[in-house]
Amino acid sequence: MFGVIASMVDGLLLGAVYGLAAIGLTLIWGVMNIINLTHGALIALGMFGVYFLTARVGGSPYVALLPVAVLGFVAGLAIYGLSVHRVIARPPLMSLLSTFAVNMVIIGAGTAFWSTSIYNLPFSVPGITWQGFTFTGAHMLAAAVAVVVAGALYLFMRHTRLGKAIRAVANNRQAAELMGIPSGRILAVAFALGVALAAVAGGLIATLFPFTVLSGSGYQLKSFVVTVLGGLGNPAGALVGGLLLGLIEGGVTPFIAVSWTPVIEFVLFVLILIAFPKGLFARGAAR
Amino acid sequence: MKRLWTALAFAIIALVGGGTRQTVAAADTITIGFTVSETGALNVDSLAQLHGFELWRDQVNAAGGIKVGGKGYQIRFVSYDDQSRPDRVQQLYSRLITQDNADFLFSPYSSNLVATAAIISEQYGKVMLTTGAAEEKTYQLGNKYLFQLYSPAKDYLAAAMDLMKKKDPTAKVALVYSDDGFSKAVAAAAKARAKELSQEVVMDEAYAPSTTDFGPIINKMIGAHADVMIGGGHYPDGTTLARQMFDQKAPMKFVCMLVAPDSPQFASLGDAAVGLAVPSQWEPSVTYKPQFGPDPATFGRDFQAKYGIEAGYHAAGGYAAGLILQQAIAKAGGLDQEKVTAALNATDATIFYGHVKFATDPQNHGLQLGHDMVLAQWQKKNGQLVKEVVWPDAAKTADLLYPMR
Amino acid sequence: MSLLRQPMLWLILGAMALFAGLPGFGGDVALREGLFLTAIAIILASNLNLMIGYTGYVNFGNIVFFGLGGYFGVWLTTMHGWPLVPAAIVAAILVSTIALFFGLGILRLRGSYFTLATIGINEAVRALVSNIDAWGGSTGMYLSVSVYQPLGGPRQALWIVYFLVIGIMGASLFLSWFIRRSKFGLGLFAIREDEDAASVLGVHPALYKSVIYSVSGFLPAMAGALFFFKNGVIQPDQAFDLTMSTEAIVMLMLGGQGSVTGAAVGAFLYDQLRSTLLTSSMFSQFQLVIAGILLLLIVLFVPGGLIGWIGERWPRLRRVLE
Repeated sequence: MFGVIASMVDGLLLGAVYGLAAIGLTLIWGVMNIINLTHGALIALGMFGVYFLTARVGGSPYVALLPVAVLGFVAGLAIYGLSVHRVIARPPLMSLLSTFAVNMVIIGAGTAFWSTSIYNLPFSVPGITWQGFTFTGAHMLAAAVAVVVAGALYLFMRHTRLGKAIRAVANNRQAAELMGIPSGRILAVAFALGVALAAVAGGLIATLFPFTVLSGSGYQLKSFVVTVLGGLGNPAGALVGGLLLGLIEGGVTPFIAVSWTPVIEFVLFVLILIAFPKGLFARGAAR
Repeated sequence: MKRLWTALAFAIIALVGGGTRQTVAAADTITIGFTVSETGALNVDSLAQLHGFELWRDQVNAAGGIKVGGKGYQIRFVSYDDQSRPDRVQQLYSRLITQDNADFLFSPYSSNLVATAAIISEQYGKVMLTTGAAEEKTYQLGNKYLFQLYSPAKDYLAAAMDLMKKKDPTAKVALVYSDDGFSKAVAAAAKARAKELSQEVVMDEAYAPSTTDFGPIINKMIGAHADVMIGGGHYPDGTTLARQMFDQKAPMKFVCMLVAPDSPQFASLGDAAVGLAVPSQWEPSVTYKPQFGPDPATFGRDFQAKYGIEAGYHAAGGYAAGLILQQAIAKAGGLDQEKVTAALNATDATIFYGHVKFATDPQNHGLQLGHDMVLAQWQKKNGQLVKEVVWPDAAKTADLLYPMR
Repeated sequence: MSLLRQPMLWLILGAMALFAGLPGFGGDVALREGLFLTAIAIILASNLNLMIGYTGYVNFGNIVFFGLGGYFGVWLTTMHGWPLVPAAIVAAILVSTIALFFGLGILRLRGSYFTLATIGINEAVRALVSNIDAWGGSTGMYLSVSVYQPLGGPRQALWIVYFLVIGIMGASLFLSWFIRRSKFGLGLFAIREDEDAASVLGVHPALYKSVIYSVSGFLPAMAGALFFFKNGVIQPDQAFDLTMSTEAIVMLMLGGQGSVTGAAVGAFLYDQLRSTLLTSSMFSQFQLVIAGILLLLIVLFVPGGLIGWIGERWPRLRRVLE
């Protein structure tokens, strides 16, 4: 019994980080109806960012998250200008492919520089032991940071001019423009924000697990699952979706072999997508 | 219309022709082809194996090459990076045979990749010496040109189980292993052995080779009150598992893990490495008396001098593959695949790496029969991490540390 | 207009003859190995074209057909001792049936929702197959060398498999061409342009989409069965590799989506590029970078691909290069 509880707590801690990553993806979808396929690559870049800032420059990985977020934001602006802006009004295939193309370039260049070998942040924080089960400090700190960043984003979206403008553009681009909101610039900022969140989430994951340049794609798939659980385009839903996914993972692993977890995840993903395309928490879900 | 046709045909021929340049080797060289996992999850062990190949090549070439009928053949390597991915292996081995005109093949590293490469060796009838490929199944598919240097998977954990039975007959065992052919075969054999010894197995679970989060598995182990963990896979998952077990304070009395702890780099885990044992194909302290080639001490010294790190068993396996092939070519008196195959079939020799003899019955052809394994364990000696041989008694340099923490 | 006077017929037959003849006459094994992969690429790209190019539905997980076909094929040939050709055909029928079933579910989704669902299906199937012990779980199935004996030993078997794949390549191109000229194809194009308008015009979108989704899985499944028979081993990660899916999309964009020749030419060019870059140690790292830049440039500046671009410059060629 303690094992199940411990496993679920671990799942929740990790789920907060999944949620943060998915917020980045869902924010972009909500504002401009684009699935950002550079998401995984940027998670990976966030991992490497924190790794190099910590292992080579020194200092705490949590401090390194700040420059990683800034770099992620700048990268997001660049990706938007290069590949997204021109295809925003075209059929979904075009934005899928243009972001996927940038993903290929990033992954290819990353493989060339760092190879696909494993990197490991030699980092450990004392944890709490309960009934023989230990929750490591790194997990608890990562979850805390994820929740704080998500909360800050919520406040930003609710209470700043820029945040309100983003929500206005998400709601109705034409109307927002009529109100004098420069929608082009707002779209770029929203995209960059989404990318920065992916990079920060990647950085947090790097404090927990070893990684390669290809690791991002696994977390990108998890972000898809989380986004669908929480509702595409719904940032608050994404955090809840992340926690839910963590809880599911933690809740089922004590009872079945770990290799079945992805089966459950993806079957759930497809079923929810078909039954509730607007997410589990959408009111009056309709297609 | 006609012009278009001709242009199209020419364009196709030009494009296709561009990709098929033939490399012609000089008459008195022997070309050996193989792929190496320079990048990807297997690179630590695969590069060690490559160093073994290279040391052999350089020493043989410096001594005038492989002697066949009074003539010295220089050895030439053609190799590509397989990125630790099986899908590239087939393409690259086909290329090694058809375009690079390899005379003989070495295997890539790990049972998974070798299984895919082996079929190419059979399809084209090229001799392949495998090293780093312990899983038995590959040799039981009817291959005629495959020869295994490593002791097969079933030998890996037998010693650990026997030792444990002696130390602590009531210990509860958790079998936790990577979901790849090699590790699964090893774990299945270990489970059967546990049953024979009537040792209780409280957990039996495979994890995906790419797993980085072992939290749920470690929680299960703790929940099942396991005293002993046996299993693992390759370098990356093994080191991660060891580290996370340490961080999560899993109360293990003994941990025996495949492959990962054998690598000298494993010491970088610090205290998390203490007490971890590894079944090993070879350790520098062994004392086999070779019939040909260097003795173990000489090999260890030469390797250390060239690469600056201690030789692990992956490096030794690489060198041994070269040495055995060299002897077979010399005996066959030429490069003919069938004659060399016959010479390999007849091999029954002791070298620095130990005894080498291949199965010749069609059901198990190429399976290693002669070689024995040892069990090594990381221990702390005057504050320094050292890998000690703890089994068999004849070769041991220290007693088993049990319980380890 | 009689069939024999159609340039497309002769283009397809010519391509098949070149593919079969160039390595066939000289017995050039290296060339055959290269063209084998090119032919597989053409099969994947031109069947994907039926979904993306004709119907406007982006199937990112198309490789699931190839992988499942491979699994059924290997399972029938090794575990049940079936001869290769019937095994491949039955594998394709099974996969098409399964696709019809999947299609009925996910084709209710449109645009990016559909795309996400196709990725989900591929991942779900990969994870599921990794747990099926009868199929070897995550380590997959190994073919025993003896399965090549009925085909005259491994060396001859490789040639036979190659010619069969060329046959499937030709069948894929003919299928694309016939559908493009058929009334059924016209219905698909109507769905691509405006699904709601199409249903008003009497096209039954749900039926059309499910049928084409299922059809687009048939030949890739056969190709998968042949590919993994030659491969000698099949594993989930190799059979359901999302990169191969996306590469097929890149090929399609390169040549020009919606066009029969476009899919084939794109696949041919991309595969040549890939195999040239594969073994050069410097460029093998940059293969993805180059492919990515190429894709981005096409998406942004030549969304019609090579064939679309040619069609714009020389409108008369449009009739030849359908």
